[in-house]
Amino acid sequence: MTETQQRPRALDEVKIGGMGASRKRVEDDRFIRGKGRYVDDIVLPGMLHMEILRSPLPHARINGIDTSRAWQIPGVRLVLTGEMLATRNLAWMPTLSYDTQAVLATDKVRFQGQEVAAVIADDPYIAKDACDAIEVDYEPLPPIVNPRQAVEPDAPVIRDDKQDSNVIYDWEAGDQAGTDQAFAQADLVSKIELHYPRSHPSPIECCGSVADFNRATGKLTVYMTTQAPHIIRAAVAMVAELPEQNIRIVSPDIGGGFGNKVPIYPGYVVSILASILLEVPVKWIEDKTGNLISTGFARDVYLRGELALKRDGTILGMRMHTDADHGAFFADAQPSKFKIGLMHSTFAAYDVPYAHLTARGMYTNKAPGGVAYRCSFRVTEAMFFQERMIQAAAGDLGMDQAEFRRRNFVKDDDFPHRTPLGFLTDSGQYAKCLDVGLKAIDYDNFRREQAEARKRGRLLGLGISTMTEPLGAGNSREYDILGIKMFDSAELRVHMSGKAIVRTGARTQGQGHETTWAQIVAHELGIPAEDITVEEGDTDTAPFGMGTYASRSTPVAGAAVSMAARKVRAKARRLAAHLLEVSEEDVEWELGRFYVRSAPHQGVTIQECSMAAYSNMPDGMEPGLESVAYYDPPNLTWPFAVYIATVEVDPDTGVWDVLKVVAVDDCGVRINPMIVEGQIMGGLTEAYAMASMQFITYDADGNCVGSNYMDYLLPTAWETPGFELHSEVVTPCPHHPLGAKGIGECAAVGGPAAFVNAVMDAVAGPGAPGEGVRNIDMPLLPDRVWEALHQRRDISGAPPVRTDA
Amino acid sequence: MFPPRFAYQAPRSLEEAISLLGSSGDYAKVLAGGQSLVPMMKLRFASPDVIIDINNLPGLDYHRAGPDGSFHVGALARHADLEWSSLLGQTQPTMAAAAPLIADPLVRNRGTLVGSLCHADPQGDWAAVMIALKGQVVAQGPAGRRTIDMKDFVTGPFETALAHDEIAVEAVVPPAQGARKGGYLKLERRVGDFATCGAAVALETGPAGDVIKAGIALCGVGGATIDAVDAADALIGQPLGPAVIDTAASLAAGAANPGSDHRGSADYKRHMVHTFVTRLLTSPNAALDASMRTAA
Repeated sequence: MTETQQRPRALDEVKIGGMGASRKRVEDDRFIRGKGRYVDDIVLPGMLHMEILRSPLPHARINGIDTSRAWQIPGVRLVLTGEMLATRNLAWMPTLSYDTQAVLATDKVRFQGQEVAAVIADDPYIAKDACDAIEVDYEPLPPIVNPRQAVEPDAPVIRDDKQDSNVIYDWEAGDQAGTDQAFAQADLVSKIELHYPRSHPSPIECCGSVADFNRATGKLTVYMTTQAPHIIRAAVAMVAELPEQNIRIVSPDIGGGFGNKVPIYPGYVVSILASILLEVPVKWIEDKTGNLISTGFARDVYLRGELALKRDGTILGMRMHTDADHGAFFADAQPSKFKIGLMHSTFAAYDVPYAHLTARGMYTNKAPGGVAYRCSFRVTEAMFFQERMIQAAAGDLGMDQAEFRRRNFVKDDDFPHRTPLGFLTDSGQYAKCLDVGLKAIDYDNFRREQAEARKRGRLLGLGISTMTEPLGAGNSREYDILGIKMFDSAELRVHMSGKAIVRTGARTQGQGHETTWAQIVAHELGIPAEDITVEEGDTDTAPFGMGTYASRSTPVAGAAVSMAARKVRAKARRLAAHLLEVSEEDVEWELGRFYVRSAPHQGVTIQECSMAAYSNMPDGMEPGLESVAYYDPPNLTWPFAVYIATVEVDPDTGVWDVLKVVAVDDCGVRINPMIVEGQIMGGLTEAYAMASMQFITYDADGNCVGSNYMDYLLPTAWETPGFELHSEVVTPCPHHPLGAKGIGECAAVGGPAAFVNAVMDAVAGPGAPGEGVRNIDMPLLPDRVWEALHQRRDISGAPPVRTDA
Repeated sequence: MFPPRFAYQAPRSLEEAISLLGSSGDYAKVLAGGQSLVPMMKLRFASPDVIIDINNLPGLDYHRAGPDGSFHVGALARHADLEWSSLLGQTQPTMAAAAPLIADPLVRNRGTLVGSLCHADPQGDWAAVMIALKGQVVAQGPAGRRTIDMKDFVTGPFETALAHDEIAVEAVVPPAQGARKGGYLKLERRVGDFATCGAAVALETGPAGDVIKAGIALCGVGGATIDAVDAADALIGQPLGPAVIDTAASLAAGAANPGSDHRGSADYKRHMVHTFVTRLLTSPNAALDASMRTAA
């Protein structure tokens, strides 16, 4: 008990590492020292190594697999084929989108890189040698590399195991009749067609697992690269038919995820099965090519978009049709009940009275498992399409790009706002953010410079992207994975000494949870952040949660941490009343301390309450100071962002350089501003990558182009532009306990359109040499820009890639 | 990424290395920087039976000017040695322009110029530079040394004139007869990328500014490094004016034989050759500015 008559000085929240502190990331200590512990660092006694044989062909019937030569190689312990898995009913597994996916191919291979066989051996070299010794008799079938080919009348049926066409779904949202009427009343209809290319999350660490089944205890422990360990535990319980309490999934340090490590891949399943069969630990570590050609990709969606416009710049209606290329299996790792994910979040920031979206999904002979890459389930496509349509419409109207947006924004006092395709947005100050961005880029001045430069043959351009996006799955009404509702959880244990440990059902992979969650507890309880350990990723210790993706950690798990801390504070208040010998109603809280309302100098710290919880609790009170909170958000969170880029295009080469990038992000209250800024910079870097260089494509024979880092390009510090970040506008989330909104994906979602719009403005803006060109598909490689300028036509980047043949 | 089994030898002398090559059967590879060979082995595109690591051989990590004005690069001189060499900047503008554009800093720290020539990748930068400079490769085998002109050294994609028991020990640029000018430009999608298109120009000019010797070579735009002889010949005896530059650039573009792929159409690549050669001839030494990575 504090005995001084002076009231102690209030804690400085930033100094104790609470809300708003740009606290250095505690996890980085081990990462920069090379002391991280990743799946490949795990070595268990007697552990064997697994390697996967992949199909060289995109589409072929398997007439036979001869593994005899592989079995003869010394050190080979097991060779598995699809046929052997089929005897245990494990040749196919369910996907998170209610389709099935081959674990190891039985009847056919359906994409280049598909898993055909697996070898388990004493070391990975032997396993690889043995894979090379397996002979597969393939009978080639014609491949399909885009959704248009998929619906041609004579197209070969890819999923002849289950259906007789290549169409997966036909889905729609919105008001078709109302939209038709809006278009009938339009002065002008602006149209655009484009392809958002296939890309890949490409974490530097590939996927992998170490499965360890102990026959004696019946316990299966799997160390694996997963962003969602509890979902994996549930899925393994279903697929492997093991009792859930005997399954322990451990997600150790993760070398990047970006959504790539949400799905369940054949490699995990086969390593688990191999460990069960051999009763020794089995390690599988995917190589880079395996990761790029077989795991969860991103995008690959074709747009036909139309806006109904009035001459004065009012948007009357929006029509959108998308064709999505899902690859050989519909394995989207997305938890919404909507077939095309959250595509219908498009135009959420704009006041559009009528809209109609139709979406089709098709099978192709390409890798399965979409919607990853820093994207809440196709929000990236939705916002890119929106901002490309907005740019084209403003151009068609002859209106200023900024003015057209401002005119059609949902206004600050219009919230809550029902979007035309059915979402409920709740907060934002869109025009204010735009103003900050325009001022930062010196908009009017740039437009003057641009006009001057054009007279001298120089091509400058400015691109704007403005958007609000739904982040933070769920709520549980609309989001579930395999029936499990999308909430999240936190457990807080305050020890006797006032130190604490927090565990959540999320899983950090670069987001900085170990730093940020401690700051939330510091904010709620006044315990210095450095006194709080954060632990995630072990299903035996962490409370049940849905993992980290979709920018959901702070909106959902972060809220749970806050709620768990508030429960602890409620109990601590009763302890304080006991220690202060007053009734609970007379106890007041300030950061880190309870005091007597009428005598503020009489108080007890949270640390003193913690000690009392184990040593001096009142009669009848349960000892201890712990809590668990499960949080089901009432809505998604809706951050808003403005990204503006300026570029110069070299008309002789098509090479373009970024002059300046301004980012205005209103993501509500920022818990750790430094981490938020890091997220925005990372997202903008990935946006620049997709806009300028990054894609996976296929040739007409179904060969993957972009299967290693020679052709799948990650930008380096050399070409990545600098970013000017703005945080002046803060609109707290009305339903999050701390007012925070999701942020992790904003810049990767909204950023690409800023770069593309800037290059399009330079190349095809008013008076530019390529005027009339409506679109160049990403990535805006120099040859595409040059062709658009010199051939004055839209440039498609859709597969198959052109060759001399 | 696990290579097949191979034997590894690390000889201490050149003679020992050559004798190991001679006794190593069909498929021995010399390892210098390993920046191409090791990735190819990991991808199992190359599976040599024996690796002969020459990094322990003494006296090969030099680059120096000869008394006659020739320029010599030893087999263990790294790209980075050349990139940071003050000697190169003063005397060899084409090489100085190319050195910072080779791959990325990590590769430049280990990779070697001579190794790059021996790898004979049609997209390789140094082969274009050395062909433009009319350079040579010195090879040493059991019978002693011989000098091979660069234009004869590369015999096809990933193939050279080296015998199986020969080691390339040095690259040589012959002395200049006039004032050296030149540069190298490369279109790459990202730092560290192979050239979508690369052009090397090496000129020697007389006192009146007329071209007395010229070399133009291209990489990335055909099945092998392209020696644009006609383009270079068109410059001889002429001062560098717009008309002759355009003629040479057009001849160079005509000499290119690119394919269409995900990096661009054949037309675009040919156009880039024209643009690069025009730029290099218009301001021959400007390309020394390493920031001109993408010819912007």
